[in-house]
This record gives sequence, C-alpha cells and structure tokens, in this order.
Amino acid sequence: MVAKRSADINAARTIALSVPDPELPFLTLEDLGIVRNVSIDGDTIVAKLTPTYIGCPAVSVIEKDVFDALTKAGFNARVIRVDSPAWTTDWITDTGRQKLKDNGISPPETKSTSPLAAKNTIALFSQRTVACPHCDSTNTEKLSEFGSTPCKAQYRCLHCREPFDHFKCH
Amino acid sequence: MNPALLHSVVQIADDHLILGHRMSEWCGHAPMLEEDLSMPNMALDMIGQARTLYTYAATIENQGRTEDDFAYLRNDREYLNCLLVERPNGDFAHTMLRQLYFAAYMHPFWEAMHKSTDNTLQALSFKAVKEIAYHIRHCGEWIVRLGDGTDESHERINNAVSALHPYTAELFEVDEQRLAGIELGIFPAQAQLRQVWDKTIDQIFHQAKIKVPRTDFNQSGGRKGLHTEDFGLLLSQLQYLQRAYPGSTW
Repeated sequence: MVAKRSADINAARTIALSVPDPELPFLTLEDLGIVRNVSIDGDTIVAKLTPTYIGCPAVSVIEKDVFDALTKAGFNARVIRVDSPAWTTDWITDTGRQKLKDNGISPPETKSTSPLAAKNTIALFSQRTVACPHCDSTNTEKLSEFGSTPCKAQYRCLHCREPFDHFKCH
Repeated sequence: MNPALLHSVVQIADDHLILGHRMSEWCGHAPMLEEDLSMPNMALDMIGQARTLYTYAATIENQGRTEDDFAYLRNDREYLNCLLVERPNGDFAHTMLRQLYFAAYMHPFWEAMHKSTDNTLQALSFKAVKEIAYHIRHCGEWIVRLGDGTDESHERINNAVSALHPYTAELFEVDEQRLAGIELGIFPAQAQLRQVWDKTIDQIFHQAKIKVPRTDFNQSGGRKGLHTEDFGLLLSQLQYLQRAYPGSTW
C-alpha cells in the first residue's frame, strides 16, 4: 500500500505508539517515551525509536514489534534507531508512571526530584528514598542494584514487608 | 575511512566484549541470587556497549563486515583488548575488583566523551556513563565489604589486588592511533583519566582498609594483540558456535 501523507502518518503513529513493551507489557511505547518520530519517505513509513538501555535485549524486540505492527496494518515500514539524544527515564509519561505503580513497580525519580540521579553519582552506599508502590511508605531498603531486567533494582518495604521492583532512574 | 579511529574503537569494543564474556561466565554460579542477577546484568551492559562499538567499527571500516564478524570471526592476535579484562574470574573478590578497576577507568572516559568531536561515540557516552556508574557503586561496595569484612575476605581481596593491580597500567597506555584521536579531540587525554581513576581507587581502598600497591612491573601487550594463555581458551568458548556452525543465526 502506498502511504497517503498525513492521514496515514497519523494512523501509523498511533500504531507505533500503542505497541506494548515486551518486558513490561502493560506499558506502551508512548508511555515509555521512546518513539521519537513517525514520518513518511516516498511510500514508506519511517519510525524512529530511541533505545532505553544499550544492552537491553528488549530493544531489538521492540524494533521488530513496531515493524510487524506497521506491516500488518498494510504499510511499507522502516524502523530506525536513534541514539542521540539519549533516552532518559524522564521521558516516561505520567500515565506510564502510574501504570508502573499500579503494577507493583516503583517508578523512577525524575531528575528534578533526585539530585543524586542528576549527578549520576558514584558515591558508595548512598541511599535514595524509594516509596513502596503498595503502601507508599518510604521506609524501604535496597536489596540489590540489579533486578530481573536491566532497568530494575530490587527493594523491600520495611512497613508492609513486600519486596518490590524499582525502575532505575536513568 | 580513518584507520587510527578504527583501531581505537576496536580496542574499546574488545575490552567490553571480553569483560562481558568473563562476567557472563558467572551466570548460575554466583554466591547468592542477587549476585546471580547483578553479574549477568553487568555482562549485558558490557556486551551491549560492545555491539554499538563494533557496529560503529564496521561503519568506519566500510568493508561489509558486521558486528558479528568482529566479535566472532577474528583470530586471537586481532583482538586488541587490554589484558586486565581477559584475566580469569578467579574467586568473587577477583571478579569484583577486575570490574571496579575497569569501571573506574570507563566512568571518567565516558564523561569526557560527552565533549568528543565524534558524534557516534558522544551519543553512546550519555548512555554508557549511567550504566558504568552502577558498576562502580556495586563493585566498590563489595570491595569495602570484603576488605573490611572477615579475615578470610580481607585476605582474598588482598590476593586479588596483588594479582590484578599490575594489569591496570595498560588501561592508560597511548599508542600512535590513540594519540591521533586525542589530538583530533575524539578521545580524552589519558593522564586526565588516570587522576580520576587514582582518586576513585584510593577512596574505595581506604574505606576497605586495603593498601594500593606500588607496582614496579606492569603487564601489557593486549592492546597490540599479544594475549595471555587464558585468552585462547576464552575465545574457543566465545567463538565455538560460529566456528562449528559457520553463519548460523537464530
């Protein structure tokens, strides 16, 4: 199908934005804020995506999912990876943050609320305040900087005793 | 094509691939579950950065090679990683210390690369610096726990320092290709990185109650393709699939 300018671009953008993240399927790419641009080049829809974490295995899956979704909708599609400017967790939308919390993952601090993250500190044993996604208590402790996926760290709530994932501020 | 830049990019890419491979060897063998997650995570960071660097190397070279050709289909003498990253895992103390030594170098490197005149490397630097900061914190905290822990943990981390410290000077070597890159504003001066590295290591070792050794004899050669005996064994595992089943994909 030959793409027909603005109506098609809008349709293609909607499709790309609504593709779910393979590891956090309750989040769409729009929630994650990784779709930079959807445009048209001749008869081909070009979707530009920014990878979240360099070594994250989900990155190539996401690119394939976007390509497949656009192709299935009848578009000639091309997906381009854009490395610069680098994605940060500040690009996760408010809806995305709420969805993380609803799914038991404490959302990342934003740069404006976390001087520690903004300075990208390498100070050892530094503590950041992470609120429990279940009971909102800030009486929590870090179990490990690393979790089940590259974007998460493991915490435990000392108030309701639930362990939980924290989406790392990047 | 800039052969000097290609050479330097392959050196850095090889550091990341080989250290990532070493780290991945721990998968399923860590002393506790959290570490079994953290070490493969660090391996993923390393290999992810290596992939970006190899892809860039292939672009610079422009001979139709891909990241996989660089990673899997070269011979040992063609790998230009420093010797530190190919040292065997040893015990947990060795592995944490090796990662700290490398991360303490790469963190100021990527920070300085924010101002690089090379657009691709500059873009990578903004992602990589955040990932490597985690490595310094995680490994640094372990060095402190081990050094300031039990008699046995203290002895083990000291043994690791004795074994690995002589491999750290090679991180700061400057060959003619790197010098060309430094002069073009692509790479930062190594002396500047050395200062930051010394400070990071001094602080962590002080907290860990271990001494920074004076090494009069430093190991070197990897940057020129001269590797240790362990490297051949590493490559035979890393390359096994592509050598046994050439061109296989999945």
